Formats: sequence, structure tokens, C-alpha cells
Amino acid sequence: MSGTFKGKPTSRRAFLRGGVAAAAGAVAAGAAKSATPDPLITEVQDWATSLGDGVDATPYGLPIEYESDVVRRNVPWLTADPISSINFTPIHALDGTITPQGCAFERHHSGAIDLKKEDYRLMINGLVDTPLVFTYEDLERFPRENHVYFCECAANTGMEWAGAQLNGAQFTHGMIHNMEYTGVPLRTLLEEAGLDAAGDLKDKWVYVEGADASSNGRSIPMAKALGDCLVAFKANGEALRKEHGYPVRLVVPGWEGNMWVKWLRRIEVTDAAVESREETSKYTDTLEDGTSRKWTWVMDAKSVITSPSPQSPIKHGTGPLVITGLAWSGHGAITRVDVSKDGGKTWETARLAKPGEAKALTRFYLDTTWNGEEMLLQSRAMDETGYIQPTKAQLREVRGLNSVYHNNCIQTWWVRPNGEAENVEVS
Amino acid sequence: MSKFLKFTLVTGFALSATATAIWAGEYGLGRPALPEEIAAWDVKVMPDGRGLPEGSGDVWTGDEVFGEHCAVCHGDFAEGIGNWPKLAGGADTLDRDDPLKTVGSYWPHLSTVFDYVNRSMPFGNAQSLTPDEVYAIVAYILYSNNLVDDDFELSHENFMDVELPNAGGFIVDDRAVTEYAIWHGEPCMENCKEKVEITMHATVLDVTPDEGGAAEEASAPDPVEVAEAAPEPAAEPEVAPAAEVAAIDPALIAAGEKVFKKCSACHQVGEGATNRVGPVLNGVMGRAAGAVEGFKYSDALQTMATDGLVWTDETLTAFLANPRGFMKGTKMSFAGLKKDEDLAAISAYLSSFSQ
Repeated sequence: MSGTFKGKPTSRRAFLRGGVAAAAGAVAAGAAKSATPDPLITEVQDWATSLGDGVDATPYGLPIEYESDVVRRNVPWLTADPISSINFTPIHALDGTITPQGCAFERHHSGAIDLKKEDYRLMINGLVDTPLVFTYEDLERFPRENHVYFCECAANTGMEWAGAQLNGAQFTHGMIHNMEYTGVPLRTLLEEAGLDAAGDLKDKWVYVEGADASSNGRSIPMAKALGDCLVAFKANGEALRKEHGYPVRLVVPGWEGNMWVKWLRRIEVTDAAVESREETSKYTDTLEDGTSRKWTWVMDAKSVITSPSPQSPIKHGTGPLVITGLAWSGHGAITRVDVSKDGGKTWETARLAKPGEAKALTRFYLDTTWNGEEMLLQSRAMDETGYIQPTKAQLREVRGLNSVYHNNCIQTWWVRPNGEAENVEVS
Repeated sequence: MSKFLKFTLVTGFALSATATAIWAGEYGLGRPALPEEIAAWDVKVMPDGRGLPEGSGDVWTGDEVFGEHCAVCHGDFAEGIGNWPKLAGGADTLDRDDPLKTVGSYWPHLSTVFDYVNRSMPFGNAQSLTPDEVYAIVAYILYSNNLVDDDFELSHENFMDVELPNAGGFIVDDRAVTEYAIWHGEPCMENCKEKVEITMHATVLDVTPDEGGAAEEASAPDPVEVAEAAPEPAAEPEVAPAAEVAAIDPALIAAGEKVFKKCSACHQVGEGATNRVGPVLNGVMGRAAGAVEGFKYSDALQTMATDGLVWTDETLTAFLANPRGFMKGTKMSFAGLKKDEDLAAISAYLSSFSQ
């Protein structure tokens, strides 16, 4: 992914026009008291007369058809081929914090593979006392834990470095999902193989790789590996989806998604970083002078307003308005989110739906009144370390425009009097 | 759990552990990895050259091997085709707008090139290259970046003599010092700026993809009506080809669709299919070999096509059962389908795209 965009497609404006036009009607209807009785109430409706589906109509249920636009979307011009590509979570249309697996973004390097539990093997080798091989069944016999974590691609918002590019929270911020994982601490497996052979653990690494054709591999410092990493096999209570690494993926809380190796097949204790392709030629951040930062693993605090936003315009007219969004930090819990309606001149503190949880998404709300005025909506997250989400200008001042990764800038949506919203950049 | 049960479980586990396990693991789960297993999976190459297999390859061999396995995406000269990665060029661009990051301009370690080509390439046929072929490809990529002469031969012995230009171009994450220290403290809440102006609009660039479902909703005034009128998602594509070729067993076609996953990294079939690493396969059954426009076939295939090869159930099955045996020198680096039922299924599936 680069900062240049030769891209073409578009045409959502038709939708916005249609949506907002419909909204105008709704405004009128809502504002005035109903003059005529609502037929949805006074007339007996089909669904109140006839019968619905039986219990086995959908043995595994999907969302009702009216929600069929709440789906992952791809930006085709970003990559050469959908087999090695990424798509985006429809965060503009979700609420709460847990991302349903079926619409959680995907990132593959050689496609999502079919790997049966029976065919699954996990090897631990390198500087361990006894190199071991586990089956899937073995993993289910270790004591396991449950944790909610966000997984964010380091390139999330990466297209926005040079300016406002993609018109929708799904596209600017949708390389993220948040799930409850069930799995075995990586530490437990490493200790099962024994770490005496590794000697001093301070300068040791754990290299992890996947079973797919890309065999994506990343090096993780031993301290993190023995910290909160999880070898996960369930998400949101059910088996991982194929596209998220079924049957087993690594969870590296708070760190860039590329390290969350899917179809995890090998864990090796080494005395140095392997410096694989994904930790040298990619996932390194080039600064203005041409030098590049490597090992930029942590995802810094970030937030975005998911509604109103370009794909979720205000359709209900003036009056009560819920402004909502998501905040997260790879350093720990979100402690506060501020919202500005005037592009950052003044701020008010939003309400967190629940106290922030470490390395997990936090939902915030600003319950407000909209009088139809133009707004430049922004949100600003703060985490438990005291870090404050920076503006794009602040980021550029330190890094220039060529970093690609780790763009955690404050996002601006320009909401117009007709309720439409657009991705803009402000001074 | 009762104390008694716990006791028996622990005892049982201890017994089986002493019987089979020699490691100190607390749970005695898993089994020791065998040296052959480790050798099969642990193919990583470290920056200091550890892990390199014995072997060698020169630039000219690399030119050939690259042309056969890599050029379809990366270009004959490693210049990259379309959005596929460019592997050469970009020297001295890292401090400019839109730097061109290639092996020559950006990658710090040659070990990474070997490791990556060896484990992940060619795209759709990973881990099919011999060590000598990988050395040759790496030598050719170096040559394409003007880093070695055309008589250069790369081997495990001289590998560490090659230093890439940007080896010293990386620093370890310094955000704690350069950023966290600044973006900290009590944030401004009022009068934070004098004025705010919009400096850029995403809609001016106009690069946001169409939203499909949402856009459909747009064209109609009444959302409820639209939702009901919306076509049923899925289902349709599967029905269409089966209906066209009612003579073929739909179950076999469905089985073939699954088998085709092995092919789909390189071949497309169906509506909108285009040439990729391999040619588009619409209408392949019954057609003369080598006839897809715009696809660069191997010499081997072209020769057989000139000799009159036509893709029939019989020839295609023979080819797919043993590609290199059927066509020595084929560019299709695929080991072949071993099971007769898979061959029958793929044949049925491809026949369903008669076009």
C-alpha cells in the first residue's frame, strides 16, 4: 500500500442524496403531530396474521436481509489481487464493542485456507528444552482463558496520510475488530517445552509463523510472548472463522494485526529477530529523512466517530442526536474521549458506555441536540498512560507523509445542515 | 471435582507421562518433535545467514527461472506489473514523496529475500522451488537492481558478502521519546484554535468504492419496498452454470468447484474472469490449447498447441494428473491431482463454463 492513489471508482452520493431526501420527509413527519392514523398501527399487518419461520429455518442464522448492506467491503484499487488483500469492517453500522465474526475485517497474504482440526499441528522448536508438537486436541486440554482484545491492522487509516481520501469510517478506520478470545496463554505452551535452554530470556525472541502458503512469520520479543499473548481457538464463543485463522490463531494484544498470525503452525524460540519480509520491507515506517522505524509493534491510542459519518448521515432532522464512536489503545485502557463539533476549537467529554478495558474497544456516546448547524466532528482519545491522540498535523510534523502505517490521527467529519457527512481535513 | 477424581487423573497423567514423555512440561501434553519434522517446517533464514541451505545459482539461470515463475506478476525485469510489487529500482527515493521501496532501495537484509522467496513464492505455488532456483532468483533480483554484474553467482558461501544499500536505514521504534513525551498531559478544552478551515475534501479525490447494497437502496424512494424487491443474495451464481449444462451431474460440478480452489490462486473462471498467473479457463473444454488471447504460454505448451493439442476431457485429465509428465517444460507449477474423483470433478466443473 502506498500513498499514491490512481484509483477510480465511486458513486455513493446517489445513496446519500436518496437517504437525505428521505430524511427530509421523516423530519416533517416527526416534527408535526400525526394528522392521520398510522396504517402500520390501524391496519392488521401480514406478520401479525400469518405465521413466521419454524425453528429450523436457519440452523445457523445470518442477519435478516434488511441488514444486507452491513458487510465487509474491499477497496479494489489498493492491492493487486483479492487473494493477498484486506477488507474493512462496517464500523459505521455497528454499535457496542464486540465485532461479529462474519463482518470482521480480513487480511490474507495467500488467501484464507481450509485447515481441519484433525490436520492441525503446532510445533514449538528452537531454544527450548524439548521441541514439541501439539494437536488441536492437546491445546484444548491446557487451562484456558477468555479475554476481549481489539485487532487493528497497522495500515488502518494508512490511506489518509497525504490527505482526506476515503469517504467513510468503514474505509478510513475499518481495519479493526474486537472479539472475545478463548485460548491458551502462549506462556503456558513455551513453559511446557521448557525455556532453560534459552538461558537469559531478556534478549530472546519468539518467531511465529502460519500454515498457509504465505507462511507469514513475525518475531516477538520474549517479554511480550510470556506476557499476554494467547493461542486462541474460539472467538465470541464459537470457533474462529476460516478467514480469521481457523482452527488456531495467535492473539498479540495491543500490537499490530500482522503479528496475530493465523493458522498458527510454528513457534520458535530464537536469539535474534528473524527480520522476515513482514518486519522489514513491510510494517516499517519511513520518516521524512528516509530512515525507517522498525519494530513499531504497539498500536497507539486512537478513536473515530462512527455515526454520524459519511456512510451514516443524520436522517432524522434536528433535535436529539446521538454521536457515537470507538476508542482503543494498545498501551492499556481508554480513560477518556472528548468530542469536538467545531473542528477542534472546543471540546466536551463524551460518556463511555463502560469503563475502558485494556487493549479492547471502548464505545463512547455524546448525547446532544442538533439544531441543523454545520459541524466539524472530531473525537480525541486518552489512555491510562496519559497519552493523547494527536492531530494529523502533529503526526506529520514528527513523521512526514510516508509512514504508511500507524496513522492514529484525529479524524474530522464535516456534517452539513442536510445531515450528510464527508471526510475532510481541517487546519 | 472430587479429591479422589483429581488424584486418579493426576496419577493417570503421571503414568502416561513417564511412559512417553521425557520433557519437564507441567501437563505432559503434546509429543517431542522429530528432527525430520523440524527440518521440514523450520526453513527460516536469519540475517546472519543461519539457515541457508547449501546451493548456488547465477544471474543467467535466475533470468530464466524468474521468467518462468515470477515475471508474470513482477515483470521480466522485476519492474512489477500493475499493482504487483516492484522488486527493482527506487534507489535514492526514500526521502522523497512516494518513495519506491524495492529489494534494492529498501530491504535491509538479503536473508529476507531468500527466506521469503523460499517460503512464500511463487504466489499460488509456494515452496516448490529448489534451493538452487531460489539462489538464482535472488541473484537475478540483485542484478535487476544493478547490485551485481551479469556473471555473478550467489551461493551459501558468498551470501553474506552481499550488503544491501539500505542495510543501515532502519532505527528501532523511538515513539516513546519522539512522540509519547509530547502528546501527553491535560488536553485543551476551549479556545484551542483561532479558526478552523477545511483544507481537503475526500469527495474531491473520489476514490471511495461503490457500496453495492447501499447504493441499490439509493435509487428507490421507499426503503422497505427496495428491500423486498432486492435480489436474493448468493444462490444464483451456483444455479446458473448447472442449468446451462444439465447433462453433467450437478453434484460432480459442485465437487469440482471445491477442487478448483487448488487452481484458483492462478486461474479464474466464470463471469468477469481474467488472465492471471494462469490463463482464464472459460470455455477451455473442447478448445485448442494455447488459444487464450493475451496470455503468454510456455514454449512447451505452444509447441504442443502447434502439434494440434485440444483440451478434451481426456487430454485435460492427463495433463492435470501429471502436468510435468504430460507437458515437459510447462509453466504451470502444480504437482497434479492424485485422485480420480478429483479429476472427474474438475473436468465436470470446467465443462460447466462452456461459454
